[in-house]
Amino acid sequence: MNMTAERQHIILKADQLSIGYKTKKKETVVASDINFELQKGHLIGLVGANGIGKSTLLRTLIKVQPALSGNISLNGKNIQTTTNLELAKHLSIVLTEPLTSKNLTVFELVALGRHPYTNWIGNLTEADDSIISNSLELVNITELKDKRCYELSDGQLQKVMIARALAQDTAIIVLDEPTTHLDMYHKAYILKLLQTLTKETGKTILFSSHEIDLAIQLCDTMIVMQKDKMVFDQPCKLISEGVFNSLFPKDLIVFDEKIGSFRVNK
Amino acid sequence: MKTNHTYSFISLTVILLFCFVLNISLGSVSIPLGAIIESLFGTAENTTWQVIITDFRLPKAITAILVGSGLGISGLLMQTLFRNPLAGPFVLGISSGASLGVALVILGSGLFGGLFATTLISKWSIVIAASLGSFLVLLAVLAVSSKVRDTMAILIIGLMFGSITAAVVSVLSYFSSAEQLQQYIFWGFGSLSNLSWEELLIFFGIYGIGILLSIASIKGLNSLLLGDNYAKSLGLNLKQSRYIIIIATSLIAGTITAFAGPIAFIGLAIPHLTRQIFKTSNHKILLPAVFLFGAIVMLICDSIAQVPSSDYVLPINAITALVGAPVVIWLLVRQRKMMF
Repeated sequence: MNMTAERQHIILKADQLSIGYKTKKKETVVASDINFELQKGHLIGLVGANGIGKSTLLRTLIKVQPALSGNISLNGKNIQTTTNLELAKHLSIVLTEPLTSKNLTVFELVALGRHPYTNWIGNLTEADDSIISNSLELVNITELKDKRCYELSDGQLQKVMIARALAQDTAIIVLDEPTTHLDMYHKAYILKLLQTLTKETGKTILFSSHEIDLAIQLCDTMIVMQKDKMVFDQPCKLISEGVFNSLFPKDLIVFDEKIGSFRVNK
Repeated sequence: MKTNHTYSFISLTVILLFCFVLNISLGSVSIPLGAIIESLFGTAENTTWQVIITDFRLPKAITAILVGSGLGISGLLMQTLFRNPLAGPFVLGISSGASLGVALVILGSGLFGGLFATTLISKWSIVIAASLGSFLVLLAVLAVSSKVRDTMAILIIGLMFGSITAAVVSVLSYFSSAEQLQQYIFWGFGSLSNLSWEELLIFFGIYGIGILLSIASIKGLNSLLLGDNYAKSLGLNLKQSRYIIIIATSLIAGTITAFAGPIAFIGLAIPHLTRQIFKTSNHKILLPAVFLFGAIVMLICDSIAQVPSSDYVLPINAITALVGAPVVIWLLVRQRKMMF
C-alpha cells in the first residue's frame, strides 16, 4: 500500500480524541483514545452497542458538542477554530431529530442546503438551481420535488435529507443512524445509495448504524466502538481479527465469520 | 410557484389600499369620499373635514397599519424561533413588562404618593413607562437566556417573567382606588387613536429598525425551520441570530405596546392565517404576506371598533379577538391541518 499517496486524501482525522460531557463539577468520559483517518471517497460505518457513544462521537465530529481533549481536523483544519460558516462548506449532516417544519416542499428543503453559498437573503442563482436538481437526481427523487415533507414516507424523507446534504456540496457527509424507522428493504436501499454516492461523487460519507451485516458488505472502512477500545479498519480485516465476536454478550447472538453476519444462538 | 404568489401579493396590496380608504372614510362625522381624497392631498375646501382627516383619521389608520403589520411580523419571528405555534410577540414578557410599567405609574401613585400623585398622568409618561417596563423585562430575559443554550428555556423564562409581573400588577391593583383601576383597565383596552404626527414619527422610526432587522433575519429563519442543529450546520451563527430576532421583536412589539397598549391576538393569529392561505413556510414569502395581512386585519378591526356612523368606539383589544378568533377557527376546521 502506498502510504504517502493515501495520506494526501485524508478528509477527516481524529487524533487522541476523548469525548464525553463536561459540567463544572465533573467530566464524564464516554470514550477516549479515538484515532482514525477517513479517506476521500470512502464509505465509513460507525457501529457499536447501544449507549457506547456513537452519537456522542458524531456530535463531537460535527461540532455540536466540544471534545474533552484531542484534535479533529477537517481537510487539515482544526474544527474547533473553524467558524460555523466555513465548516458548513466542508461538512454536512443528516440527523435523527425531526424537522421543525414539515410544511416545506422537497425542493425548498433541499435548496436550504445552498445557504452557506447564497447571498444575505438566500436568493438562488442558476448555478444553485442546477446543483439542487443534480442532488435530487442523484438520490432519484426528482419526481418528489413539489411534494410537501409531511406527505412523504420515512424512507422518502431520509432521501430528501440526503439530497439536502448533497446540495450543501461538502467533502464529507455525516449521518446519524440513517436507517432507523426504515424497513429491511429501505435500510439496504439507503446504505447502498450512500455507497453509490461515494463512488459517483467522490465524497466521504460517515454514518452510524446498527445494521452491522449491511455495513460489513458495503463499507470501505468501519469504526467499531467497544467498551474499552475503538477499532478502525477494513471490514474483512475486522472479521478476521474477530472484532465483531466481542461486540455483544455471547449469550444470545454470535458472529458467524463464514457468512459475515450475526445469528441467534439456538 | 413565483407567479401565483405575485398575484396574491398584488391583490393583497389592493385590498390593503381599499381598507385604508374605507377606514379613513368611516367615523362619527360622515365625510363624502371626494372630500376625503381632496383632504388627503390637502386641497379640501372644508377645513373642519381637512382637520378631521389629516389630524385624526389619517394618523389612526397609519397606526393601525403599523400595529397590525408589526404584531404579525413579531409573532412570526417568535413562532419560528421557538418552534412553537402558540408563541406570539408577547412570549418574551414584553407586554407584561409594559403593563408593569404602566401599572406602576397609574396604580402606584397611591402607594408611592407624592412623586406621581402631583404630576398628572400624561400620555407621554405612560408611553415612557411602558417602554421602560418592556425594555427592563426584556433585558432580564436576555441576561438569563445568555446562560442557557436551549431555545425552549428562553420561552419558559419569558413566561415566568410574565407571571411575576402579572402578580405585581395584581398586588398593585389591590391597593388602588377604583378610579386608578379604571384608568389602568382603559389602557389595557388598547387604542389606535390620539397619536400626534410627532409621536407617529418616533413610533415609525423604532418600528422601522425592527422591520429591517427582521428582513435581515429571513435567511436565518428559514434555516431554523430545520431545527437548531441543522441551522448551525448550514453556517448560521445561532446565538447571534437568536439575539437579532429577539431584539427585532422587542423593538416592534415594545413600541406598539407603548403607543397603542397591549393588543392581543393579532400577533398570534396573523402568521397562522398567512400560512394557511399562502401554504408555505418560506419566510421570504411569509414576511411580506404577514405584513400585508396584519395591516389589513387591523384596519378592518379598527373600522368595526368605530361602530360606523355612531359615537361609540369599542375597545380595539376586544374587537381583534372577536373578529379574528372565529376566522382562525374556521380556517383550521376547513383545512383540517395546521400549517407550521
